[in-house]
Amino acid sequence: MSETSKIQIRGLRKSFGSNEVLKNINLDVAKGGVVALIGPSGSGKSTLLRCLNLLVVPDGGSVRVGDTRFAFGEGSKLPDVKTLARFRATTGMVFQHFNLFPHMTTLQNVMEGPVTVRRMAKADAEKLARAQLAKVGLAEKADQYPATLSGGQKQRVAIARALAMEPDVMLFDEATSALDPELVGEVLNVMQRLASEGMTMVIVTHEIAFAREVADRLIFMRDGVVVEEGPARQVIDNPQEAATRAFLSHFHRTGALPPATTAS
Amino acid sequence: MYQWDFGILWSYRWLFLNGLGVTVGFTVVIVLLGLVFGLFGAFGSLSRFRAVRLVALAFIEAFRCTPILVQLIWFYYALPILAGVEMTPITASALALSLYGGSFYSEIIRGGIISIDRGQSEAGAALGMTPGQTMRRIVLPQAIKRMIPALMNQSIIQFKNTSLVSVLAVPDLVYQSQVAAHDSYRPLETYTAVAVAYAAILIPLTIIVRRGEKRLAVGE
Repeated sequence: MSETSKIQIRGLRKSFGSNEVLKNINLDVAKGGVVALIGPSGSGKSTLLRCLNLLVVPDGGSVRVGDTRFAFGEGSKLPDVKTLARFRATTGMVFQHFNLFPHMTTLQNVMEGPVTVRRMAKADAEKLARAQLAKVGLAEKADQYPATLSGGQKQRVAIARALAMEPDVMLFDEATSALDPELVGEVLNVMQRLASEGMTMVIVTHEIAFAREVADRLIFMRDGVVVEEGPARQVIDNPQEAATRAFLSHFHRTGALPPATTAS
Repeated sequence: MYQWDFGILWSYRWLFLNGLGVTVGFTVVIVLLGLVFGLFGAFGSLSRFRAVRLVALAFIEAFRCTPILVQLIWFYYALPILAGVEMTPITASALALSLYGGSFYSEIIRGGIISIDRGQSEAGAALGMTPGQTMRRIVLPQAIKRMIPALMNQSIIQFKNTSLVSVLAVPDLVYQSQVAAHDSYRPLETYTAVAVAYAAILIPLTIIVRRGEKRLAVGE
């Protein structure tokens, strides 16, 4: 599509054994754009997200983020571990189950990327990490271990950890699905703030109201194909495809975001 | 009724101490060397390359599935004949015990590494770490905590297994006590004292490890 797109996916294919989970996916995300990926489980949306930072290596097609482009399929060599690592350092990812490092304090979790990957001096990394923790409202939890935090707090630390790498793109893989309902709001608020600051984001989510509010584009996937895509409000309020309509009928589509329940 | 007389052992004290020194020194060597073999075995069995995995697996099963006493004798008597490798009893038994222990350490280390949730390596990779960095910074520090009780247990078994080197006439505690027992005609007292000596060393060690485990569990 346009020259200015931050992420460009062309003809992406991926199979696990005989199970074809992604079938010829094309996707563009503009710089500063927020794209929500929705769809039933098994639709391939999480796999697509994981192809964006190559945690899953596609079987065919191409992935471009910023100026880095990888092609997959016959005749193309798989990128080596150093190239992969450098590429992943420019994208941040937030996982459904947080995946915080349990043997490190909150502060150490956030410092880990800058220190180990970017070779930043400890003092600078600590300053950066404290700033990121403050940004997600957890400055005073710096010296605690993840086990002592609530789910919502853990996920905010995970967001701070990803942001400490100063990524161009943030990927969210069902970031609120493992949270108790009353803790969802505090995480969505952080994500919404990030979007309003102009971060390019791809969000796999079941929070339809949030997608409607925050995403500018929405993609509905089923069985490894993009069934429908367009401006988020338009697709949610007025879906064109029967499959989209059927899926969306399970959700409340509008309404305010859940309120943030904690002050911390 | 048997008349116990432990006093007679006092005249053999230097023999016992000597043997104890050999036993402890031997254990230190075979535990350290065994851990080195264990690391190779564990990372070999987790390698991306099939050939490396097969070699590691062959090593682990060969030493895990044959009796240590047979290995000791084999290293001392069979290797010189088959491969022309002459070894002193000490070298042969140190090598056999290290490889034997290493095969068990391999499985403990491998099990510890694969017990760490895949999400941990994914989180490391997503930050831009190489697989090596993820292993060193994220996986191993967590895996080692889980390995320590099993590694310690295996090392305790290794400490006791050193008693088998007496069959190759390595002068460890058991070998020296055989000497003492034959000389004094007091085998009951001698071997009771030997059992107490092993326990007296191991029980404090197990207490230290238990304390260490509690301290390491912080943050879990």
